[in-house]
Amino acid sequence: MKSSAQNRIRSISYAKYGYFFILPFFIVYFIFQLYPLFNTFKLSLYGNATNPEAFVKLDNFKTLIFGESDIIASKAAATQSKALFRAFGNTLILWFGNFIPQICLSLLLAVWFTDLNLKIKGKTFFKVVMYMPNIVTAASVAALFLMLFSRSDYGPINSFLMENFGLEKPIDFIRDKWISRGVVMFIQTWMWFGNTMIMLMAAIMGISPSLFEAADIDGANSRQVFTKVTLPLLRPMVVYTMITSMIGGLQMWDIPYLYKIGTSFNDNIKTIAVFIYNNFHGMNPNYGYSAAASVALFILTSILGSFCFAMNRDKDAAKRKKQIKEAKKKMKEQNKATFGGF
Amino acid sequence: MNNVKDSYAAKVRAKSIGVMIVLVILALICLLPIWILFVNATRDTQDIMTNGLSFIPDTHFFANIKETIRLNSEGKITYDAFIGYRNSFIITISATVLTVFFSALTAYGLVVYDFKASGPAYTFILMVMMVPVQVTSVGFVQFMSQIKLTDTYVPLIVPAVAAPAIVFYMRQYMKSSFPLDIVEAARIDGTGEFRTFLTIGLPMMKPAIGVQAIFAFIANWNNFYTPSMVLISRDPSKYTMPMMINSILSNDKLSDLGVKYTSIMLSILPVMVIYILLSKTIVEGVAEGGVKE
Repeated sequence: MKSSAQNRIRSISYAKYGYFFILPFFIVYFIFQLYPLFNTFKLSLYGNATNPEAFVKLDNFKTLIFGESDIIASKAAATQSKALFRAFGNTLILWFGNFIPQICLSLLLAVWFTDLNLKIKGKTFFKVVMYMPNIVTAASVAALFLMLFSRSDYGPINSFLMENFGLEKPIDFIRDKWISRGVVMFIQTWMWFGNTMIMLMAAIMGISPSLFEAADIDGANSRQVFTKVTLPLLRPMVVYTMITSMIGGLQMWDIPYLYKIGTSFNDNIKTIAVFIYNNFHGMNPNYGYSAAASVALFILTSILGSFCFAMNRDKDAAKRKKQIKEAKKKMKEQNKATFGGF
Repeated sequence: MNNVKDSYAAKVRAKSIGVMIVLVILALICLLPIWILFVNATRDTQDIMTNGLSFIPDTHFFANIKETIRLNSEGKITYDAFIGYRNSFIITISATVLTVFFSALTAYGLVVYDFKASGPAYTFILMVMMVPVQVTSVGFVQFMSQIKLTDTYVPLIVPAVAAPAIVFYMRQYMKSSFPLDIVEAARIDGTGEFRTFLTIGLPMMKPAIGVQAIFAFIANWNNFYTPSMVLISRDPSKYTMPMMINSILSNDKLSDLGVKYTSIMLSILPVMVIYILLSKTIVEGVAEGGVKE
């Protein structure tokens, strides 16, 4: 053990290098991410389209949330507000519709893969194949599915259904409200279930094997093991997966943006990110609206992220803090007791 | 007694078979779209039109490639495979190198040195880890256009220096497997601090750097949002591969289906090759990233 004096000497002479080492990260972070975040907040208070210089205070939020504005016509404001809420609704629907099947499938697969009683051949192969959709470029995936599900363009799926299942006219997979949503949900599930499965598997393997053995000896069947042992112990991981997936879902952009015919958007799969992007890249960019929507998105993700943050933080550090706090409290009480407290 | 044992074994066997069937079906669902993509990239347009779904590769692969490469010369479509590859590789490789180097540097700084700001700095990194790009992108691009950096690759490459999630991962890795005494030993030998990082720190972090480099490469290659936000004036000579795909999709003059499939195939080819070569490392990396203490 080093004495405290030695420690002090060491920290005095080398501490400055710590600052040098982390400096580049923080400089770049402040310029390219933190300042832009503040800039987004600032822009959300400024005007749109033809007068981006005008300081409009909270009018953008008023327009987007309540559909009323002091600046633009109330009808236009209502349209904007409706578009945002629609995008928000779509985002939630699309996220929900991909997360539920994804987590169920991943849980089931993770339990199967970690069950030593089952004889599964080629585990590694299955894992590798199931993770693969996650690494394929999302833009290319959207393009591929667009072509597979195409209606007029000799889409393979439609022609297959028509030839083999007696379908009379092609299904509009791209513009129909719920079918297009279903396809986007399917693509998202397809891309992400492998990832979730591997993460859950790692979590299950982290559970002490003796618990499973004990359950086995007590004569628990596989369903009981799952509901009474695996699931309760896995809950933090499932919650964590859900939150990260939700943060990811709120950003969903590539596939909803590209899954369209030519340049005409399908309003049923427009997400918040598409709303932000389209307002930003319009003929007359609506910086104000896209920034205001970004701020709303930021608030939402911060709330979700704070849960993740709490889970990621070193548990030891939290414990130590608690101990110090308790020690201090004790000391205070002791002092109070000795000095009579006045 | 024997009967019970037999029925249990039979049950397990039956379940195993059922599980295998489900797994095979799921694996097929995962593979089929990509397989169809590769097959259709080898087929002639006429052939695809008459029979959309085929699982057997044809012989038109090189004809399709030739046609795909030639697309731009006809002047109809802003697609060029070579330019797309060049741009994507420039951005992806530079961003990946910056990300892993500076993340390793930051993680090393946080773990090796005991300084006042290290705790708050780490807390800060954890806090901002989850902030998505979409949230800051509006302010980011507007700021970039103020300082005349839109339509350049600077906003796509330089921000890679600050990757909170990767710093987090590397710090975890170092905490668990980096002996601090070795730094002490290097100091006694008179090695400078930065040199110690380069000659001892980096090599010892190789496994973590490797995994993160693969993930950073894939993430950067697949990034479609930031380039389409930043490259505002839509100059085709600056397009990345996903942007090339977008311009193929939004063009209704292109009727050659074989070429369309080929261009999509070309855009995912590099990540597919990397995945096939390094799949085991990648899958293990995902598992490690998921384990929380």
